Amino acid sequence: MLTRRVFLKSSGLALVSFGAVPHVLLRSVSAAEGAKKRKTLVVVFQRGACDGLNTVIPYGEHAYRALRPTIAVPPPKGGATDAALDLDGFFGLHPALEPLLPLWRSGDLAAVQAIGSPDGTRSHFDAQDFMETGTPGRKATEDGWMNRCLQASPDPASTPLRAVALTPTLPRSLAGKYPAVALANIRDFGLRPAAGPAVGRGFEEMYAGAVHDTLHGTGQEAFEAIQFLKKMDAAKYQPAEGVQYPRGPYGDSLRQIAQLLKAEVGVEMAFTEVGGWDHHAAEGGAQGQLANRLRDFGSALAAFHRDLGDRMQDVVVVTMTEFGRTVRENGNRGTDHGHASVSFVMGGRIRGGKVHGRWPGLSPDRLYEGRDLAITTDFRDLLGEVLTRHLGARSLASVFPGRSPSPARFPGVMKA
Amino acid sequence: MSPGGLQAAPPDEATLVHVLNRLGYGPRPRDLETLRVVGVKKWIDEQLRPEGAPDRGLAARLALLKTVGLSTPELLQGYEIPPEARQAAAKARAELEKASEEEQKQARRDLLKKYAPMMEGNPRQVLDELQEAKVLRALYSERQLDEVVVDFWMNHFNVFAQKGPERFLIGEYERDVIRPRAWGRFEDLLLATAESPAMLFYLDNWLSADPNAPPPGRARGPYFRPGRIGGPPPPGTPAPPGKRPKRGLNENYAREIMELHTLGVDGGYTQKDVTEVARCFTGWTIRGLRQQNPEFIFDNRIHDHGDKIVLGQRILGGGQEEARRVIHILATHPSTATFISTKLCRRFVADDPPAALVDRAAATFRQSDGNIREVVRTIVTSPEFLAPEARAAKVKTPLEFVVSAARVAGARVEDASELARRIAAMGMPLYMQAPPTGYKDTAEAWVSTSGLVARLNFALDLTGGRIRGVTVDAAGLAPAGPDGPGLADSMAARLVPAGLSESTRKAVEGEAGLGLDPARVAGLVLGSPEFQRR
Repeated sequence: MLTRRVFLKSSGLALVSFGAVPHVLLRSVSAAEGAKKRKTLVVVFQRGACDGLNTVIPYGEHAYRALRPTIAVPPPKGGATDAALDLDGFFGLHPALEPLLPLWRSGDLAAVQAIGSPDGTRSHFDAQDFMETGTPGRKATEDGWMNRCLQASPDPASTPLRAVALTPTLPRSLAGKYPAVALANIRDFGLRPAAGPAVGRGFEEMYAGAVHDTLHGTGQEAFEAIQFLKKMDAAKYQPAEGVQYPRGPYGDSLRQIAQLLKAEVGVEMAFTEVGGWDHHAAEGGAQGQLANRLRDFGSALAAFHRDLGDRMQDVVVVTMTEFGRTVRENGNRGTDHGHASVSFVMGGRIRGGKVHGRWPGLSPDRLYEGRDLAITTDFRDLLGEVLTRHLGARSLASVFPGRSPSPARFPGVMKA
Repeated sequence: MSPGGLQAAPPDEATLVHVLNRLGYGPRPRDLETLRVVGVKKWIDEQLRPEGAPDRGLAARLALLKTVGLSTPELLQGYEIPPEARQAAAKARAELEKASEEEQKQARRDLLKKYAPMMEGNPRQVLDELQEAKVLRALYSERQLDEVVVDFWMNHFNVFAQKGPERFLIGEYERDVIRPRAWGRFEDLLLATAESPAMLFYLDNWLSADPNAPPPGRARGPYFRPGRIGGPPPPGTPAPPGKRPKRGLNENYAREIMELHTLGVDGGYTQKDVTEVARCFTGWTIRGLRQQNPEFIFDNRIHDHGDKIVLGQRILGGGQEEARRVIHILATHPSTATFISTKLCRRFVADDPPAALVDRAAATFRQSDGNIREVVRTIVTSPEFLAPEARAAKVKTPLEFVVSAARVAGARVEDASELARRIAAMGMPLYMQAPPTGYKDTAEAWVSTSGLVARLNFALDLTGGRIRGVTVDAAGLAPAGPDGPGLADSMAARLVPAGLSESTRKAVEGEAGLGLDPARVAGLVLGSPEFQRR
């Protein structure tokens, strides 16, 4: 398998150096050309298990209100802000997601309801791992599905930022043999200028030499990405006029992903995450804790869409969460760990304005293990569709071993 | 090889460094010599019995932190925002909803100013000082292994400082719940965490009640009502007046006590067990939160008195005794012995610890009634622990990296807040890991481009005197000579006594030879791949 690092080594160039013309720069000249045409997938992981039933609300189902006496969001009433926002006569959007409504109406946003990982675990830790490795129920998988997808499509013209996470540590989804960059903050991603070029050279040389250490690859990737970002002057791209991202690490990360896309640095897979969804108590209905998280979540996505403008034609954003929450509210006006939840898909070439997926229903006989929303769409089928129809992935066999999503199973979120 | 092999030959430098790296936060300038003189075996013995060992230097430093050592009521009374200030803030927020960000900021400042005289300090200070104290302990405690083991348990029984009043509970939790039991019987530790307001609040068990119990009324005390200090925020749809919502089961703690605290996720429990354990724990709650004096109580009125079956064992309705039985069943379950032993071996030996060692540690656990000291002893006196392949097998966490760098460089730390901030920027904000899993203890969690760049910059800033409150005498680190190849070697010998690889040594020497100052050479060495490992 030809990965980027192997490709670099076999190109026969000497060690990267800060002084002379490093091969990073030579390569990036051609890479920058390729970067412009690139399609991008942005994954937003909601860590903590988001309550899909209070996000895309099945207000048309009587059991919804009956099972959630204090936290059910009221059915739509003519655009009132303390009630669900009608989507299709059966489902409604949580009112805190109001910033997303225009995108829904323009066909740039879709949802897949009752989606999830078929493994029955209700452990946050295991469920996130299973989703990020793309192999539910299998703990031995070491790399992530995003990384395996890149492994399967080596591209000599790719840049050091083909795969990037706007997080302080590298998420499991991107872990693996293919070089991936974690980048908490574009501005801080570089060596102290005060240290001078000799120090940069020294670090680069020692990490280049540490060939038996896992840190070797990380070092190489860091130095290449630093050089490349600097050259492309990524720091200068600011949000479009009038676009305001919500404050906090999540809004910052989406703002910076937009920045990288505008700088055309060749990002093909981007990842970010947002926590705070584990509402075992006082979850709230139209207002409250979940509403606050959703407001942040939705307004950042809306800002991202507006910020990128026409570039959204080449971008698809997919949101995911490790599992949903109990259909019935618990004793503390919250919800416990459940099964299926909801994903959003946002982008220029999607079949938007629609809740995709088969609705399993909330009657007792339809619930998973008698308590949770059943899964009718395997998350791998959604991701498989986006990889195939948006990024042009040719084979999913190694990305989702044991599932190999095929068009027959795709939920149909992308325009064919 | 046998543990007795320790005395056979004088230990080499690499062994001494290994012991100090694993049983503490890395060597300080004179530690290697001390360890050589005392002897590895005796030193480990002493570290395994930290109780009563003097630690005056540390005590003096901690005494400078005003909030460290205060009781929970003292912290809540002096540092929590008073209820009237909260009400005023809520009112101001409602009025200013349409105001500009600047106006809102100003309003916040005005409010803080108004209420500041009523307070000893603010909530932020409590969290800052918790973090600083943790860094100072790791830096300066003579009971290094004690700090490592306490850190292990704090992470194992993780709580999150930013949930509700948690930051006011953590000081007591670490000092009075975890620390005194860190070396004792696992079951005692587990029970103490189960009864701690910090855990009861964090994993919501304080709210869990029998669904058929009478709804909360005045009799049960106003601290149950949402919106009170420490209580859950008000939900969106308030219950109609006169009709209090019923309460019921919350399975958060019941799941995590099995998945994360005892059996492990594959330890052999089912969803049914989760629900049954949650029923046993109903009534384990907190009283006095609103009165700023939170305490554990068992509230019999909200307990589910029915019979339960937990892991196949019938538990007859018996009030508070039921959950104590659950704790006993879990603490003595063979899965727990294996789970805890695996985690300890991972901490002390390798990400993927040798199975034979885990088995021996688990056997000690079972045979000693979960005696933590004996389990740790089994691990740290094992041949596997001292084996060459264990050396440098672990990638340092951000806490370990920052503290070990400051220790080995002989840094004088007047103020640890910047160190804590750097640790946070590397992805490990102390006491602020929201999920109950705590921080990961394996390399892949901490190896990333972002983390590495932050480490390199920290190394340069530390030795270059750019960390506020911290001084390092970089020139003094290399007594051999101020320039040339001599400088590189002497700096390396001092900062990475176990030795650099040939390629790293060459890289440092090459750049140092071009006239780098000692601070930058030291920065290079602390940023090396070798120093990222322990």
